Amino acid sequence: MSVEGPAPTLESPGEEPAATVAGRLAGYVRGGGVITPLITALLAFLVGGLVVALTGKDPIATYKAIFDGTGLNWFFPWISADERTVASLNLQQTLILTTPLILTGLAVAFAFRCGLFNIGGQGQYLVGTYAAVWAGSSFESMPHVVHVLVCIFAACFAGAAWAGIAGILKATTGTNEVISTIMLNWIAIWVGSWLFTLGGPLQTDTDKSVPVSPDIFPGAKLPVFWGDPELQGLHVGFFVALAALLVFWVVLNRTVTGYEIRATGFNPDAAQASGISVGRNYFLAMAVCGLFAGLAGALDILGWQFRVATNDIQISQIGFLGIAVALLGRNTAIGTMFAALLFGALLTGTSVRNLDPAVFQPELAGALTSIIQGLIVLLVSADILVVYLWRLRRRLKLRGRGNATAEAGA
Amino acid sequence: MSAASATGERDATLPDWLTVKRIGWAGVALGFLAFFVAVPPLTLRSPVPTVILGLLALAAGAYAVARDEPRIGWGAMIAGLVGIAGGIASTQTGSDSLERVVAWSALFAAMLRYATPLVFASLGGLFSERSGVINIALEGMLLMGAFFGVLGADLTGSWFLGLLCGMAAGGALALVHAVFAVTLRADQIVSGTALNFLAYGITTYLYLNRYGAQGTPNDLPSIPDVKLPLIEDIPFFGDIFGQVNLMIWIGLLMVIVVWVVVFRTPPGLRLRSAGENPLAAETAGLSVVKTRYAAVVTSGLLAAAGGAYLSIGFVHSFSQNMTVGKGFIALAALIFGRWRPGGALAAALLFGFSSALAQRLPVFSTSAATLFQALPYVVTLIVVAGVVGRSIPPAALGRPLDRS
Repeated sequence: MSVEGPAPTLESPGEEPAATVAGRLAGYVRGGGVITPLITALLAFLVGGLVVALTGKDPIATYKAIFDGTGLNWFFPWISADERTVASLNLQQTLILTTPLILTGLAVAFAFRCGLFNIGGQGQYLVGTYAAVWAGSSFESMPHVVHVLVCIFAACFAGAAWAGIAGILKATTGTNEVISTIMLNWIAIWVGSWLFTLGGPLQTDTDKSVPVSPDIFPGAKLPVFWGDPELQGLHVGFFVALAALLVFWVVLNRTVTGYEIRATGFNPDAAQASGISVGRNYFLAMAVCGLFAGLAGALDILGWQFRVATNDIQISQIGFLGIAVALLGRNTAIGTMFAALLFGALLTGTSVRNLDPAVFQPELAGALTSIIQGLIVLLVSADILVVYLWRLRRRLKLRGRGNATAEAGA
Repeated sequence: MSAASATGERDATLPDWLTVKRIGWAGVALGFLAFFVAVPPLTLRSPVPTVILGLLALAAGAYAVARDEPRIGWGAMIAGLVGIAGGIASTQTGSDSLERVVAWSALFAAMLRYATPLVFASLGGLFSERSGVINIALEGMLLMGAFFGVLGADLTGSWFLGLLCGMAAGGALALVHAVFAVTLRADQIVSGTALNFLAYGITTYLYLNRYGAQGTPNDLPSIPDVKLPLIEDIPFFGDIFGQVNLMIWIGLLMVIVVWVVVFRTPPGLRLRSAGENPLAAETAGLSVVKTRYAAVVTSGLLAAAGGAYLSIGFVHSFSQNMTVGKGFIALAALIFGRWRPGGALAAALLFGFSSALAQRLPVFSTSAATLFQALPYVVTLIVVAGVVGRSIPPAALGRPLDRS
């Protein structure tokens, strides 16, 4: 399946970097196929392993322990029944984390396609969780499906409005979206910390000594379809995230809005000249990004967290990881899915519950995830691998042709 | 923007010196004044003067908006509204808690402490951006300086070596940025973001690996304060400048040094030409690549010095992600200051003041203490949104050198 739509002004990739972010990334998408992201990820894990080795620990044992905690060995046919039971529990956790990562990845990818760099996925995700937990812990008597939909709608709206602030500022005053979304992240973090803190307006009523939100009502929870609901099984939000991938692809590649957004991303001046309102598309693209990220927040709350604690707000990384997910996934739907699975597995494998502290401290492994994340984004930024592979391929082709002419001459 | 409005639109009925723009600025000043009369030392307990001044600010703003100066006009109207709201709120609160919050000398002293990391980072950003390389990685450079400052001070027992160690780490991160931005011609915003993640990962990893749950030791060597015996005795001024950290003085000094270097020396001219017109600079025989390398590494050294001040000069410890967005605020200060050292300093002081105020506001409401932490970010967002369109970056900012 090809997820890259026909692009209006694609230049030949690999030669010289294009002027706009979207143009460069289009080149990245066309060059090297699936091999580039694989090499990128491998290189990042390699350097991460070097860091582990430098601090006097065994990188291979560490990665093995992390992998065993991800549940991905569930796919191996040769493991025993006991191992499979454990693996299925772990895989459920991996997929639970893949769900929001797909959506925060889409939140970044969609902005990229419009030539915007949305670092605000974290803030948009957080306001989504606040809205979902507020709606979920209000309206007790509401019917199940309606209640779930209300929560999701509230979260999507909150995320879209939060991101829309950055979009409006970009469209009207030209404010750099990187700075505005970063500031909105911090504002979201502190507002949330205040909402649920001791004596905060949305703190739970049951125990006033804990800084946590009230639990959502059972009627707002998403049903679990794989595993035990009591043991945090996989909720149906996973399918919502998969559906969002499809929506992402259809909107970008099969609608006028998507065409305008991509045109704006490739060349805002040309888009403006051909009658597309660039400002309107900046706002629209950011609002859609916020919608995806807010949805991620809603699914996390309704699916498995059921509440927001202030210290979770401070340490949450889901929105930031979305940047690495989108870039590694080459801003395409299918790529985002696999990249989200990789990071979901990494988060599960390095969690306190799954990683044996005797092999490697889980806290350190969390930092290792950040290092790998940084390396992946760094390697993608240079599209150096693409350039290299592109040149290599051409050289091979040229050499092949050279040999052919030589043979013909002889 | 038309040429006329750049020089200031005139109203035929007004004298020559009184441009619409100046009326707008006067409106902004009146808005601040509306708030100022209600707090110490004046502490007028009646809301009337506040309201009158605020309404004057609104009127000036409305006039400016009507006469095609919308930006400054809206600024004056917002200042007027904020002034009225703040002023009335002040007259309603007890004067003793008001005096605890608005103790100007203590506020200014705290402002200097909070502004100093921003000053260093934005001066660093100035070098990088004036040479044409966007530096989103200031945040990571601050963080590297903060952690390796602590590590160096802890290992060597000397704050000076700690500071050098921190600067070296920031310089190393900047070197990676230079390799990607200049040589590999990466997208500078994306690679800068990557370096922020990387710096967070590296510092957190090494911090947990070495210090773990105990945190950094309490007996860290710290950058000393400078005592000025004569100035200390001057009533108001002495409270602010009498005893401040060495790095605060160095930071203020660096503003002047950077201005001289960038705007009054041949290397500074080369730096700016690399950022404005790299091809012309290259044609004139200057190596744009070398200039940009030097500029980006300098920016890492400076930003990391600010980070080291934060950890071993200000809070005397390190914690995960302790820079909490200061690098981005410094970047905003640089933009607000129109890529000039004096402007960056003014903006850094403004943001530092909002941080200092945020620390004192909880006197009014302890439950909202956490909410006040958002103040510096809100102020930054408003300021950047208000001025950025007017702020003209170096012409070749973000563009790799294209020799072909």
